[in-house]
Amino acid sequence: MTATFETPVETSVSLTIDGEAVEVPAGTSIHKACESAGIDTPTLCWAENLTPVNVCRVCVVEVEGQRALVPSCARPAEEGMVVETDSDRVKHSRKMVLEFLGSGVNLDQAPELEKWIEHYGSDTGRYDQYDLPALKMGEAPKIQDNLYIRDYDRCVLCYKCVEACGDDAQHTYAIAISGRGFDARISTEFDVTLPDSACVYCGNCIGVCPTGAIQFKTEYDLREADDWRPDDQDVTRTVCSYCGVGCNLELHTQDDKIVKVTSPADHSVTSGMLCIKGRFGWQYVQPLDPPTRKQ
Amino acid sequence: MADLYISEETADDIERAAVDASLGGRFVVVRESERLIRAGTSKRHGHRHLLLPALHALQNAKGWISPGGLNHVCETLQVPPAEAYGVATFYDLFRTDEPSQVGDVTHVCVDAACQIAGSAARIADLKAQGVNVHESPCLGQCERANDVTGEVAEFVQGVGGPDRVEADEQPYALFHQQGDESLRLLKRIGQVDPTSLASYREHGGYDALAAAIAMGAEAVCTAVADSGLSGRGGAAFPTGIKWRAVAAERGRPKHVVANCDESEPGTFKDRVVMENDPFAVIESLTVAGFATGAENGWIYIRGEYPLATARLQNAINQALEAGLLGDDAAGSGHRFNIEIRRGAGAYICGEETALFASLEGFRGEPRSKPPFPTTHGLFQEPTAINNPETLLNALEIVQIGADGYRSRGTERSPGTKLLCLSGRVAKPGVYEVEFGTTLGEVIELAGGITGSGELNSILMGGAAGSFVDASYLDMPITLEDARERGTTLGSGVVLAFTDEIDMVDILVRISQFFRDESCGQCVPCRVGCVRQNETMVVLQEKGSLTPDRRQLVDDIAQVMVDASICGFGHTATNAINSAIELGLVPGVPS
Repeated sequence: MTATFETPVETSVSLTIDGEAVEVPAGTSIHKACESAGIDTPTLCWAENLTPVNVCRVCVVEVEGQRALVPSCARPAEEGMVVETDSDRVKHSRKMVLEFLGSGVNLDQAPELEKWIEHYGSDTGRYDQYDLPALKMGEAPKIQDNLYIRDYDRCVLCYKCVEACGDDAQHTYAIAISGRGFDARISTEFDVTLPDSACVYCGNCIGVCPTGAIQFKTEYDLREADDWRPDDQDVTRTVCSYCGVGCNLELHTQDDKIVKVTSPADHSVTSGMLCIKGRFGWQYVQPLDPPTRKQ
Repeated sequence: MADLYISEETADDIERAAVDASLGGRFVVVRESERLIRAGTSKRHGHRHLLLPALHALQNAKGWISPGGLNHVCETLQVPPAEAYGVATFYDLFRTDEPSQVGDVTHVCVDAACQIAGSAARIADLKAQGVNVHESPCLGQCERANDVTGEVAEFVQGVGGPDRVEADEQPYALFHQQGDESLRLLKRIGQVDPTSLASYREHGGYDALAAAIAMGAEAVCTAVADSGLSGRGGAAFPTGIKWRAVAAERGRPKHVVANCDESEPGTFKDRVVMENDPFAVIESLTVAGFATGAENGWIYIRGEYPLATARLQNAINQALEAGLLGDDAAGSGHRFNIEIRRGAGAYICGEETALFASLEGFRGEPRSKPPFPTTHGLFQEPTAINNPETLLNALEIVQIGADGYRSRGTERSPGTKLLCLSGRVAKPGVYEVEFGTTLGEVIELAGGITGSGELNSILMGGAAGSFVDASYLDMPITLEDARERGTTLGSGVVLAFTDEIDMVDILVRISQFFRDESCGQCVPCRVGCVRQNETMVVLQEKGSLTPDRRQLVDDIAQVMVDASICGFGHTATNAINSAIELGLVPGVPS
């Protein structure tokens, strides 16, 4: 018997990134190609476990022959592409995007972003005039239950929570973008409270939020009390005890108390997503404070 | 998708009836006495494009979209309430809070042409009369703005009754080229009865479709390509390339879309065409459908154009009845139907991919290109999208051939161009001129500069275009000359300013326009538009800009041009930067 082999289709592409030849499997994003070439690219709205929405524009790169810069997270690498990740235009755009975000949003719980702000020399304060302060989000945190809080002063509108709540993971569609332009916000219908919405408290929005705009109430309370100490925390990996699916949990503990539960984004079962039981169902170990509904 | 969670609020009878009527029986959920019958996922996706008409119905019924009304829409179309709310809050013409004053709302334009004609005074006047006033971006009636009479563009959004423009009750008298034999695109304006198919046919209507059918689809695409026709919306993409690309797609449903969401401040040419020669828009879209092999025609028209909408719908009805649309459109053997969708007050929906998203029932947020509409357009299917002016050119091309078409205009800009003259010109209106006519000649055609002052500057191409000064009066109106001299024809806006007008006021308003109209999706545009506007406000308050503020203007422009998703962000800083470069702004070094 003679084995027949089909001619292999093109499975890899060669491109040039910052002058270096790089070969990656066909379909790889420019962002991943940069990573394989050892180039670190800032991202905000991109995540391993979500569909790219390419809205934050912080990962833009210059591609020869393209008039505008292109989002590296969403654009596949193509044969013969010539990519610049550190040109003046790229540096300017990244600096300005970070500056814009920093000028309107509180980023002090997003250390990764703060690192990039320093790297690109963003001057987030230069929009404020002494008598005409730059417009900011300016909203009080929404605390509507004792599981998690939403602080839209920290929201960069990266769409991650909407995606996790919707098509990319949970298919609950409790939140969406509402409004337009600078007034756009993540919102339930008519801004009803989460307990009154379709929310099922899976907490996957917390899992993907890059800035702490949605966070565990336990974490929020500790931060408010100035007692949030990540360096003193242990992370224990375990398997959720509720059903047979086998979701892995990471229990974050501080002073032997569970303060947060996450799941690894690269875990084969969860892709970082959990349900309410895995995320919040640890009260048999440690009861929560009484509910603080509708403040 | 899991079953939707819908809150307890219910629609009242008025809301229910209005929504159900707007959907015309196309429900995803049907109530059979006690039984709820839910269709599957594909039907739910397939009906999502009815969301916008349903929201219009609610808004019109009650003057706002109530939680109960929204619930009824969501249940019927199986759209998650949070998403439907996100869509409703995207548009200017929808409100989701109960109005304190129930009844019609008068929208008054505050953009450039009306701004210098005195819209602030008109608004104060109406408010003093107790009228429910909404300050609106450009309403596309700039030729009506008149600084002598104080008339400005207005649009009345009805509650319980139809939307209307009061000026439409009079016969249209602002077309000044009537009887000019050289006209190609506007030749029927004022001659033909816009409500009658018979009258349209008497004036040569549907000859072009017959010619197209006789030529065959491929020959039509070839003629359009050879004619050198390019899109008239601002991007000037070659129409023939677009049509051929869609024609080459096989095996999926295809669409042709008339982009009638004319919202660029200063632009009203398509409105004048749609109102006064609506059958030409229907015929030319049919030609496009025939040439590309698309069976589905769509008209996405801005919500503030009630007369144009009614006339187009009437034209569709008459064409259907006459067999010019339908299963065998005009005996071509090709099935072609047209549906109209009304926008709801969002400039960004004129951007083609935002228009698709809006039509599909999502927020009007542009998509990244590539992929392009010719392969992934409406419903992610191959789509050719053109505005009415571009489409009308195709009627000429199939009748007189590519060579005949090229007998006018220049080598690189063949044919004629519709221009929207407004501001301080004696006879504002839409004018058809041959490419190559100079800017000065165009202004003379419109009666020259009027008012007490001297010509100071001209806004070319709208708010997304750029300012030029009197030294450009010798510039031939062509794509190549505009490009070479660093300006744009854009959507054909020629808006004249004289030196008694405070240009800083104009720039503050333009920056406010972009701030209001940015969809908010990408960071450079969402925040950049706000920071640009803040800088202009500082300029207005202080009378000058400090060097670091001046630097900011350039820095903002650069990131918006380089890193925004769509053409909105790419052009939102043009007008302001060009004004500064021209030295039109005192206190700001160019």
